[in-house]
Amino acid sequence: MTATGTPTKKGQRPFLVEFYSSAVGKKWVMAVTGIIILGYVFVHMFGNLKIYLGADDLGVYAIDHYGEWLRELGEPLLPKTAFLWIFRAVMTVSIVLHIHAAYALTIINRKARPQKYQAPREYLVANYASRTMRWSGVIILAFVLFHLADLTIGSANPDFITGEIRHNMLASFTQPAVAIFYIVANILVGVHIFHGAWSLFQSMGWNNPRFNPWRKWFAAVFAGVVIIGNVSFPLSIWAGWVG
Amino acid sequence: MDVTLKVWRQDGPEAPGRFETYEATDISDHMSFLEMCDIVNEKLVERGIEPFSIDSDCREGICGMCGIMINGHPHGDQLGTATCQLHMRKFSDGDEIVLEPWKATGFPVIRDLVVDRSSFDRIIEAGGYITVPTGSAPDANMVPVPKAVADVAFDAAACIGCGACVAACPNSAAQLFTSAKLAQLNMVPQGQPERYDRVVAMVDTMEEFFGSCTNHGECEAACPKSITIDFIAMMNKDYIKAKFKNRRLLGQKA
Amino acid sequence: MSNIVLDAKVPEGPLEEKWSNARFDLKLVNPANKRKYEILIIGSGLAGASAAATLGELGYNVTMITYHDSPRRAHSIAAQGGINAAKNYHNDGDSIFRLFYDTIKGGDYRSREANVYRLAEVSNEIIDQTAAQGVPYGREYGGLLDNRSFGGAQVSRTFYSRGATGQQLLLGAYQAMARQIELGKVKLYNRMEMLDVVVHEGRAVGVVARDLITGEIRSFSGHAVVLATGGYANAYYLSTMAMMCNGTAVWRAHKHGALFANPSFTQIHPTAIPASEEFQSKLTLMSESLRNDGRIWVPKDKNETRSPDQIPEAERDYFLERRYPAFGNLVPRDVASRAAKVMFDEGYGVGPLKNGVYLDFAEAIGRLGKDVIEQRYGNLFEMYERITDENPYKVPMRIYPAPHYTMGGLWVDYHLMTTIPGLYAIGEANFSDHGGNRLGASALMQGLADGYFVLPNTIGDYLSDQLGTDPIPTDHAAFKTGEKAVKDQIDELIAINGTRSPDYFHRELGKVMIAEVGMARNEDGLKRAISEIRRLRDEFHKDVKVTGSNESFNQTLEKAGRVADFLELAELMAIDALNRRESCGGHFREESRTPEGEALRDDENYAYVAAWEFNGVGEEPTLHKEQLVFENVELAQRSYK
Repeated sequence: MTATGTPTKKGQRPFLVEFYSSAVGKKWVMAVTGIIILGYVFVHMFGNLKIYLGADDLGVYAIDHYGEWLRELGEPLLPKTAFLWIFRAVMTVSIVLHIHAAYALTIINRKARPQKYQAPREYLVANYASRTMRWSGVIILAFVLFHLADLTIGSANPDFITGEIRHNMLASFTQPAVAIFYIVANILVGVHIFHGAWSLFQSMGWNNPRFNPWRKWFAAVFAGVVIIGNVSFPLSIWAGWVG
Repeated sequence: MDVTLKVWRQDGPEAPGRFETYEATDISDHMSFLEMCDIVNEKLVERGIEPFSIDSDCREGICGMCGIMINGHPHGDQLGTATCQLHMRKFSDGDEIVLEPWKATGFPVIRDLVVDRSSFDRIIEAGGYITVPTGSAPDANMVPVPKAVADVAFDAAACIGCGACVAACPNSAAQLFTSAKLAQLNMVPQGQPERYDRVVAMVDTMEEFFGSCTNHGECEAACPKSITIDFIAMMNKDYIKAKFKNRRLLGQKA
Repeated sequence: MSNIVLDAKVPEGPLEEKWSNARFDLKLVNPANKRKYEILIIGSGLAGASAAATLGELGYNVTMITYHDSPRRAHSIAAQGGINAAKNYHNDGDSIFRLFYDTIKGGDYRSREANVYRLAEVSNEIIDQTAAQGVPYGREYGGLLDNRSFGGAQVSRTFYSRGATGQQLLLGAYQAMARQIELGKVKLYNRMEMLDVVVHEGRAVGVVARDLITGEIRSFSGHAVVLATGGYANAYYLSTMAMMCNGTAVWRAHKHGALFANPSFTQIHPTAIPASEEFQSKLTLMSESLRNDGRIWVPKDKNETRSPDQIPEAERDYFLERRYPAFGNLVPRDVASRAAKVMFDEGYGVGPLKNGVYLDFAEAIGRLGKDVIEQRYGNLFEMYERITDENPYKVPMRIYPAPHYTMGGLWVDYHLMTTIPGLYAIGEANFSDHGGNRLGASALMQGLADGYFVLPNTIGDYLSDQLGTDPIPTDHAAFKTGEKAVKDQIDELIAINGTRSPDYFHRELGKVMIAEVGMARNEDGLKRAISEIRRLRDEFHKDVKVTGSNESFNQTLEKAGRVADFLELAELMAIDALNRRESCGGHFREESRTPEGEALRDDENYAYVAAWEFNGVGEEPTLHKEQLVFENVELAQRSYK
């Protein structure tokens, strides 16, 4: 006979805490924050394409113009840059929750199999992307911190001028090491997105035989577009196509 | 044909394990994998050596009793096949075959290749049923079930509870097992009254024993009944709904 | 002890009122008192699980003991075809009386009328119950339940869940029981094997069991003990049963005084995949439904070497169609198996071991197209190909009869109580409903009828007398004696320290059983079998090798104990077959046949249930007869010509 333990009932906690305490709840939070981050990543990439538009008659580059618009967004209802800071707060919370959920789930999963298989394990469908989410996530976090220091705060930028986005990008990406780091990191972002953008459908429970075949395609196309867009910036600047 | 078996031997749940090597000689193509194991074990008995423990019962792929890692694959690498349905013709003369038990915190090893899967029973006990005290059921044809629903409920109900999904999952998650039972019961009209209580109770119990799903899909590939991970998505959806829904209004349609 | 009087306790009144009369006359236990009773149930198959769930719902305290790792593994799970019920949803003339009649006739008039009628009566409630549990039955496009037809009936009354009806029904019962476990009304002990019944002052008061993980021998005490431990067809070694199915529980109960009824009544199913070599461990069934479209034949030339698709029509012998033109390939199981055996015996068998006959779909594929055949039998064809590596769409299947079910079992009265007061037997473990031959899709019906509807009603009659008594404590001398006997037996098995594995003896026993106590039996063969079994049993107790100890998980020891019991039970099967000098159902005595070679029943001398009393191992058992009275059906010779 084996131990027939009765499951311990969870105490009464606020329902959001209760919900988040379950692994399914954490995955849901990962998916929701993932969607927010995905949306941001896409818009960020799309906005930055303006680097290719050059300057207007007054010599203001389109991308710098766009940067100014972002700072003014929400005026006159909100003071200048207020929207931007609200937006940054949402992003920070999302990223923190995304990372916390990932960390907590990793701990759970390690405990679920303390002893590994001794024979080599062959995977049939789990792909490189799905099995490296933790590593790609950590590297992406490091990249994001560097990226903020480089192009938002400017402390890591050799010649940072507030508001002159195009100038700052050129200053950064003409350094080959930085350009290579950006390229590699953005490929990892794509890989991370490839699994994440498929996985979120499952975690959210969005499943319908009619659109199921499209979910992996969506993830692949989304990841591909983000990789191509983001990698193009350091690549084209480094190669001298923009300058 | 002759093959070499590398078998995981472990005297008890806490004991350290080790691999032992045994030769299986004069094996016929028509033998099943488990019959080959029987022969090796019978020879061990006759030599006075304790045979390796291995579970199996119906040997036709329905009871779910068998199940080991064979060369790093749950139930071997043939898709949609339980260990008992593997045949030696899929192996070649001279092969080395590695046999390991399922490894998961929720499945402690009892001995050698035998593990304790009682945790699955706990999940079912938590809510994997429709409450119908014997005798209280209405006429069977009172509640029609659309054919598409009945068919997919069967697909889910085909689960044999072998544990290959947990064994295959890099996280030792039992989502496929749990969601298959939930899908069957939460999909049919008879299961609606308990739908949200059921999903919360079963998921919470599952999480006491097993890891979490990271949507690799290994479980689906390992499942001897090829149960789809679509059911995991349905379970997630029901769980989230259960958390947000005002259940006092469940009697209302739309 | 030969003062036993078999009282079947059949209720008064006309057939159709017996069950309601019984329920009115039975003593009841008041709802508030039910929680004062402890009931032990051994075995978690359809009968055991459904009884545990229902008794728990009623308020009794139930202990479920199973040797499986989970109750869901019980071999009921492997039943393929379906479950019968007299719903008459198809408006094709079915009724409770017709289901009753078909079952009695199918059993060749060797079962008890009142029990069979009750079975037919509750069959409809089973369908209601299981459909409400969410069992995914096959359905029509309108969402209502679909039916199949099965052998031995002219109506469509078989409810099914693809090819896994047993699985789905078992899971339904298991889940209902799981709910009671969660509620604390059923206590589950898994990997716990019952090894003895404890009888104290003439009543069953508990069992002794071995914890399969630790080897601990321990006792369980209760007001009543229910055996739901299934059949014993593994006495033949090769059968369609699961590897662990065994006769230990019923046999040990028999040794304590429970009479064993019709032990020789075994169903040999015609369509299993033939054995391919000596070390084959089990036979896999191919559903009876295949005979709807498959044609059975052998080559006319014994020395045929061509591949079957090369053999022209004129050189084939469709022996079932030839011998039974009216029913053709759809004769009942026992008839089909015997006809095939005749062909093997005359040397017409096919396949490398000459142990099969062809089941050919070429004609059906030609007529209906491959797609239709695939839709109907795709999963079976796939299973066949997996096992044999032959493609049945191209070459005919080879099939061989295999022991599949035992109609015999512990003798029980109308209440399902054995001759030991307080000891019940339900499901395949008892003998009551199928007579000499069980119809397809009736085993699931009987297991669930016993567990859900019959036992929970009848057990109160016995329990009500014990109100106010506590179960005997497990440190009572009766339990200590039982534990010691079990320990001694285990120690003895380990101490033999011979040279042969338990499996060796099991295989040898199987060879004797299938040859002499199989599809056709005769006096000389049965006598030979008895002496062979005795010799094998002696050899076993001198030469078996059990490795390891009692104090650990030890599958060799488990197996040795089961084989030891088979070696005793098999002898009783042969003795019963020898006693019954008539052919009925699955029991075919070569001395009793019509001029055309068909089975010939002898109602004048053998219209009784043979219930055997144990007198010691190797001692002649005492025969008690329960005369069968048929008031509602007329006895007729079965004919399928």
